[in-house]
Amino acid sequence: MIPVCFYFQVHQPMRLNKGYSFFDMGVSHHYRDDDANRDILRKVAEKCYLPANRMMLDLINEFRGDFRISFAITGVAMEQFQEFCPEVLDSFRELAETGCVEFIGETHYHSLSFLFSREEFRRQVRMHAKVLEEFFGKKPVTFRNTELIYSNDLALEVERMGYKNILCEGADQVLGWRSPNYVYQPAGCTRLKALLKNYRLSDDVAFRFSDRGWDEWPVDADKFAGWVHAIAGNGDIVNLFMDYETIGEHQWADTGIFEFFRSLPRAILAHPDFIFRTPAEAAADLDPMAQLDVPYFTSWADLERDVSAWLGNSMQDQAAELAYALEDKVLDTGDDELIATWRELLTSDHFYYMCTKWFSDGDVHKYFNPYETPHQAFITYMNVLNDLALTVNNRNGNGRE
Amino acid sequence: MFGWEFPPYISGGLGTACLGLTKGLASLGADILFVLPRLDSDEEGRHLSLVGANRVRAKVGVAEILELQERVSVLEVLSPLRPYLTEKQYRSLLEKTETISAREIMGELSNDFAGGYGENLMAEIVRYGLVAAHLANSEKFDVIHSHDWMTAPAGMEAKRVSGKPLVVHAHALEFDRSGEHVNQQVYEIERAGFEAADRIIAVSHFTKDTIVRRYGIAPDKVTVVHNAVSKERRIGQMRIQKPFKEKLVLFLGRITFQKGPDYFVEAAAKVLERNPNVRFAMAGSGDMFPRMVERMAELRMADKFHFLGFVRGADVERIYAMSDLYVMPSVSEPFGITPLEAMVYDVPSIVSKQSGVAEVLEDAVKIDFWDVDRLAWEILDILGNKERAQKLVEAGRRSLKKIQWDRAAAKVLDVYRQLTGGAQ
Repeated sequence: MIPVCFYFQVHQPMRLNKGYSFFDMGVSHHYRDDDANRDILRKVAEKCYLPANRMMLDLINEFRGDFRISFAITGVAMEQFQEFCPEVLDSFRELAETGCVEFIGETHYHSLSFLFSREEFRRQVRMHAKVLEEFFGKKPVTFRNTELIYSNDLALEVERMGYKNILCEGADQVLGWRSPNYVYQPAGCTRLKALLKNYRLSDDVAFRFSDRGWDEWPVDADKFAGWVHAIAGNGDIVNLFMDYETIGEHQWADTGIFEFFRSLPRAILAHPDFIFRTPAEAAADLDPMAQLDVPYFTSWADLERDVSAWLGNSMQDQAAELAYALEDKVLDTGDDELIATWRELLTSDHFYYMCTKWFSDGDVHKYFNPYETPHQAFITYMNVLNDLALTVNNRNGNGRE
Repeated sequence: MFGWEFPPYISGGLGTACLGLTKGLASLGADILFVLPRLDSDEEGRHLSLVGANRVRAKVGVAEILELQERVSVLEVLSPLRPYLTEKQYRSLLEKTETISAREIMGELSNDFAGGYGENLMAEIVRYGLVAAHLANSEKFDVIHSHDWMTAPAGMEAKRVSGKPLVVHAHALEFDRSGEHVNQQVYEIERAGFEAADRIIAVSHFTKDTIVRRYGIAPDKVTVVHNAVSKERRIGQMRIQKPFKEKLVLFLGRITFQKGPDYFVEAAAKVLERNPNVRFAMAGSGDMFPRMVERMAELRMADKFHFLGFVRGADVERIYAMSDLYVMPSVSEPFGITPLEAMVYDVPSIVSKQSGVAEVLEDAVKIDFWDVDRLAWEILDILGNKERAQKLVEAGRRSLKKIQWDRAAAKVLDVYRQLTGGAQ
């Protein structure tokens, strides 16, 4: 039996007030763009989260346990659901109660913390695990790092934290001739199993589904299931990892994305060798086929499949260095609100907005970027971070003379 | 008087200088009809008659303007230009538009004047010139005074129609804006204006030298009248509280080649190496903005160096009032009013020797724009030496007393008298 594993990323950053200027420093400590955060969340809830969750619940009920999926909902997204749209959380809870849905652990703030501070990484991972247990009644056993950022070191750290499985990108630079359709053992780990994204099939849905310039367009469930079925005989598992917002938001309802997903379980299950499993269920049944050695960071972002969407230009590097340099001082204040505000600034999206590589992925970057230029994103971020630093210094008694 | 901008709609120092000068002239009894390309309702013009070419045209029949067109020759050579255009923008504009003919411009008469420095600047300059000719026919006046190259064609037209003497006022030259890579057509318009003028007023000896050297104008045709600064400060004497304890060093101006922002950024890094308790602010926008932001981040000083973007109105005053030192590292600055504005707020300045304002500030700290080490050293010294800073502030106050618009206006009035044979 070949399990098909769906994993959907659910994430919304806490967007900053683009008008926060130098003159606001020391005067206002309100950094969020409340209107944008609320409006975007409600819009996406209406277009994606609510109807997609409804659809998933119907499918799970219809197939009586034979359709199973997983979600990685970031902590920042959950906080915003709670604040602006609690019915979304309720609908996720309903999904959790079916027993057919796995919730995957990660850093609460969808941060790059592993690259800068192991301690902060561990804190954010534990925080997220706790929230998942509170909301959905189960501790996560599968881990995925922010945007599938991955390396040997990360895998080892995650194994030490007690996770059984980890998700990562089936990037060409890692796999070479090897296939993503097997379970691997991360180099240096003894128990942890790695599930790799089949990026061709995943991106056929996430990015190309409505692309009329694509020679395979249009794709319906049967055609796609045919591609999945072709794996029979040369793979143990098919991992379809994508943003949940693909359904109804990145691909609007009028592209037929809902109809596609509604028909997909039946089309996949039409082949007797294929079943649906959550990542943890699938990994439990499979032994690693080989070792996976990833000494450098990979991710699912852009053509490069590395961390260059968030780091690498001088603005991104400087902003991230300064943000993480505040760690001890911020924690020393013991002020939960201040600490949470600082952590919101660690969310990877802020650094993504500062990206200056506008090549083949420029469209994607632009779509997700509320700022007109990466430089504006950097300046707003620094104004906010500098104000936070001033507040923290004043609190710790090193303030103005 | 023909001017392209007037407060509050300004892009730089030109509009501010026009306001100060006309106020000074008005206080000395001159009647001024100031023609702007576009007049909105909130210009600061109670001391003079402001005319917007956009309104004049509404009263002028198309036939009248077409008749004037016969005399328009110089105007037809104009093609799309903007004063502060990057080379890339200019080339893409050239590809789009050919030389504009007078007839096409007439065809656009139903369009309104936009003012500013938009895509259709050249067409607007031409239409503005036609309106000028009409006004020269219908209004009574003794002298024509045009500011910078955008209004030089209008001044020339008015002179041709009326026979009255023309004063061309040079606030900035193409060589200041573009270094050695001048836009040949802007240069030609500037030179035509200087040649047609009965007298040229330059805002500094620095500018006069350039006019003589680069445009082949006889030195005795050029009178230097330094700009001044109006001393009204709307924010009280109280310094604005800064949210940080560090001293603040300010750059305020367009972030373009001419203003030398890169020297400011490099000097800031050198200062911070020696004294981390300093902050820097860069206010303004321009084509070098992205490069400056990236360079600043590369030098790893984003916790000490702040970008403000284009600041206007009360924010300009706030940032002066917050600052402890002002730096103007211009590569080529015909005058440069900002150090005087800083002085109004008791902020001492470091100015580049390549600026007109250096001529009127005997006691200011002057450096070569390229001498980053010296600039850094001076910043460190002034910030660390209270006595020296205080002396500079006091010298600034003394200078300000001398640098007033009514003094500048008196010189301009003197030029008018010479040209009109003593008539008021």
